[in-house]
Amino acid sequence: MSDPTAASTAVDSAGAYVTAAEHAEPTTGKSRSLWSDAWRNLRKRPTFIISMVIITFMIILAVFPSMFTSADPTHQDLQRQMLKPSADAWFGYDFQGRDIMAGVAHGAKWSLLVGFFASLLTVLIGGTVGVIGGYAGGWLDGILSRIGDVFFGLPFVLGAIVILSAFRAAGLKSAFGLVIVVVLVISALTWPVAMRIMRSAAISAKQQDYVKAARALGANSFRIITKHMLPNCMAPVMVYATILFGATIGVEATLSFLGIGLRAPAISWGVMIAESRDYVQHAPHLLLFPAGFLVLTVLAFVMLGDAVRDALDPKLR
Amino acid sequence: MSTVDYSNGDHSNSELLLEVDDLWLEFRTSDGVAKVLNGVSYNVHAGETLAVLGESGSGKSVTAQAIMGIVDMPPGVITGGEIRYHGEDLLKLSDTRRREIRAEGISIIFQDALSSLNPVYTVGFQIGEQLRLRRGMSRKEAQKRAIELLDMVKIPNAKGRVKQYPHEFSGGMRQRAMIAMSLALDPEVLIADEPTTALDVTVQAQIMDLLKEIQVERQMGLILITHDLGVVAEVADKIAVMYAGRIVERAAATELYRMPGHPYTLALMDSMPRLDQRGQTLNTIKGLPPSLLNIPPGCPFAPRCPRAQDICTVELPESKDLGLGRTSACHFAEELVNRV
Amino acid sequence: MSEAIQSDATPGGGESIIEVRDLVKHFPVQVGILFKRTVGHVKAVDGVSFDLKRGETLGVVGESGCGKSTLAQVLMRLVPQTSGSATFEGRDIFKMRGSELRKLRRSIQIVLQDPYTSLNPRMTVGDIVGEPFEIHPEVAPKASRRQKVQDLLDVVGLNPEHINRYPHQFSGGQRQRIGIARALALRPQVIICDEPVSALDVSIQAQVMNLLGDLQDEFGLSYMFIAHDLGVVRHLSDRVAVMYLGKVVEIGTETEIYEHPTHPYTQALLSAVPVPDPSLRGQRQVIRLEGDVPSPVDPPSGCRFRTRCWKAQDLCAEEQPELISRLGGHDSACHFAEERQVVP
Repeated sequence: MSDPTAASTAVDSAGAYVTAAEHAEPTTGKSRSLWSDAWRNLRKRPTFIISMVIITFMIILAVFPSMFTSADPTHQDLQRQMLKPSADAWFGYDFQGRDIMAGVAHGAKWSLLVGFFASLLTVLIGGTVGVIGGYAGGWLDGILSRIGDVFFGLPFVLGAIVILSAFRAAGLKSAFGLVIVVVLVISALTWPVAMRIMRSAAISAKQQDYVKAARALGANSFRIITKHMLPNCMAPVMVYATILFGATIGVEATLSFLGIGLRAPAISWGVMIAESRDYVQHAPHLLLFPAGFLVLTVLAFVMLGDAVRDALDPKLR
Repeated sequence: MSTVDYSNGDHSNSELLLEVDDLWLEFRTSDGVAKVLNGVSYNVHAGETLAVLGESGSGKSVTAQAIMGIVDMPPGVITGGEIRYHGEDLLKLSDTRRREIRAEGISIIFQDALSSLNPVYTVGFQIGEQLRLRRGMSRKEAQKRAIELLDMVKIPNAKGRVKQYPHEFSGGMRQRAMIAMSLALDPEVLIADEPTTALDVTVQAQIMDLLKEIQVERQMGLILITHDLGVVAEVADKIAVMYAGRIVERAAATELYRMPGHPYTLALMDSMPRLDQRGQTLNTIKGLPPSLLNIPPGCPFAPRCPRAQDICTVELPESKDLGLGRTSACHFAEELVNRV
Repeated sequence: MSEAIQSDATPGGGESIIEVRDLVKHFPVQVGILFKRTVGHVKAVDGVSFDLKRGETLGVVGESGCGKSTLAQVLMRLVPQTSGSATFEGRDIFKMRGSELRKLRRSIQIVLQDPYTSLNPRMTVGDIVGEPFEIHPEVAPKASRRQKVQDLLDVVGLNPEHINRYPHQFSGGQRQRIGIARALALRPQVIICDEPVSALDVSIQAQVMNLLGDLQDEFGLSYMFIAHDLGVVRHLSDRVAVMYLGKVVEIGTETEIYEHPTHPYTQALLSAVPVPDPSLRGQRQVIRLEGDVPSPVDPPSGCRFRTRCWKAQDLCAEEQPELISRLGGHDSACHFAEERQVVP
């Protein structure tokens, strides 16, 4: 009857063209899934490759800072205060005579840790709560949304100051402990945004007929959420997560600047940017290098997010 | 069966209002060039109803959008042809003049009345907008005229309704309000793009009655774009059947239904489930319409046509004049029309 | 003109596979966000009774808002009923739990209207058609599933090699075939078709309708076929139920409904369908209803159709007409039921 090999072209009422791709690839191979298809597709995307190169470099920098510099990032020498970049110190020295390159290398760890875990945790909490609220609806959704509203209503800086000061009073000393607290504070105060994004995506996905069809087949809630809703709700949250990654590194800098975030012995790009503020006019390299690394990292994650989102959407392949 | 009834069909002696002449249009997309219109010609006279019949992707709506100048460009590009209104080619006019003609002379109503109305303004305000803009009416005068227009499209309690918002109207009422709005500047040509597709059948009947009544009263030219063979049969004077961006057949309504002159029209009629017939198997048209990115050589319908011969896949059939205002773009048109 | 082919597939007293009695579904209309207050009810389905016989196609027609789609969803247990009962092979559908409910899912399946939203855009066709087997692993061992999926694609007229494609690579008609293949996977006895061809072009619509007809013969399916297109319904149905504002107003065989309708609404509905024959223009007596369908939140008293009915009397406002056998031996819910031929 119909000729299934012919892909069709349909014109919608606006006159835009929706053209089905005609795939000539062999179709007798084994079954494929969304994720394996996405991976095959990702490997071919230049944005994915570039972003992965940058991210890999940053991770190596974070894990093995001594591969890139032998200087001690905490060693102060007022003799070389704010010296310009030179062959000795490629990135120059800061206002206390510390080697900026060493700072950038050693700071990568803390910045990436904070950025990665804070955005991961935010998306996990917000995404889970959002998808549950959106799927369940009714009173459960009402309660979860109101809880989110309460957190959303807290002024960020004030909330952070209160919580972090409390921990400070409790006498938290280790750098790692500080990172955990900062991550927790950032996630606790930003998850409602991720929740709202996920919830609205989930509500619209839930009303789609394919969810109805799955329920008619007898699929349980777990299957509907994981197989049908999550893959269709991830895209906006993923984009938010990549933006959030950059933002949290900035937030960490803000908190450090206010004296309640990371502090020595921990060095982070945020701390370095915050410290450079007063000297930008005389010695722009104080800002340039840590900020440049920050921008590059954030850019890489945004590119990665875009590539992953497109790869997960079969329509865009 | 043999007498040809032109009682309400022939308007070729009244004034020629709008003429689309050999219009070519393509969409240049990243996937390639989609040849959307490939030499479309039709015209409409005062008091005449032209039905443009076709399935999705046939180009019937794009032609209307080209007339109204609302095709997105890019990706759309008009590569040839003319659109003449009272003999003047709209495509060659200055922007201002063209906008003026399109606002005053030709209006369009769409399938989806809800999204065609702005939800944040009252219906009366939206109907009156053109009047204030083009006729320099005051807010009060425009409101008064809006009430008259709503009355004319038979919306009960027009005085109260004029102050309501689109969401307070039912589907049928919204389409009536759209018609009222399109009539505000007394157009000579009204294009109705699937005006009843989104409506229920009893409401559809009301709206079609209304459109027909207004048309006869104002002697407007009506271009009715639809896929519904039933609606066409009830109101059209003449019909243009479109397939893959071409007009494959043109005929007076009665003639077309009596004896389709193109295999596509014939197949379309056979595949329509009818109210007065029950059967186990419908005749279908095998396959799908061709991709406009890659229209096959020869007749675009040939791959689906039960009558296709060798010539059909090689040579594109020209539109042949079969007399009585009929044309058909089929190599075997005469055989089809003259069969018993 | 009206030489309808008489081929009622079902003999008069076929065995009922689904029996629906006084089915009611009211959706509460709520205001407020956390503390919701119910201000009324949308009476989507309001006391509907009918039987679906084994092997037959019961057409359900009506305009938007008449409750036909809600009826389908309640029977599929996608939304809970408000009251009333429905049995499948004698067992109460609404009382089923656990494994019994899972078994019901294998027996009754649904095909949905919109071929664009009814398939998950992020799953391959193989995953979509194979999902029933994942949910009901006992139906087919894992090793045989792929073959089964390809067989299903073949049955509905798709190329089995396209198993790894995504829905957007198919046309509307082909997508609807995928939806049908998914519904067929568990070898159901009943398929509820909720406007399966409404979104398709005429030429494609005919292909899908023929497919549904062929599958019925091949697998002995019973269909509940919901549509607003009266031509489509007549073409496929053995019996037809006409709904208006949550109630069945007339039910009978396809011939009884189309050629001898007795309810004014059925007559008006049939009369409003345009006839594809210009030579009949102006010669046909048409019934035009005034106004729109009233809100299902606050339907008219007595007969719900009385506000638009040209025959309405005082009685119609006072007393709700029962759906009982009236003229011509079929059920009609009108106090003043009389036959009127409206289809040419």
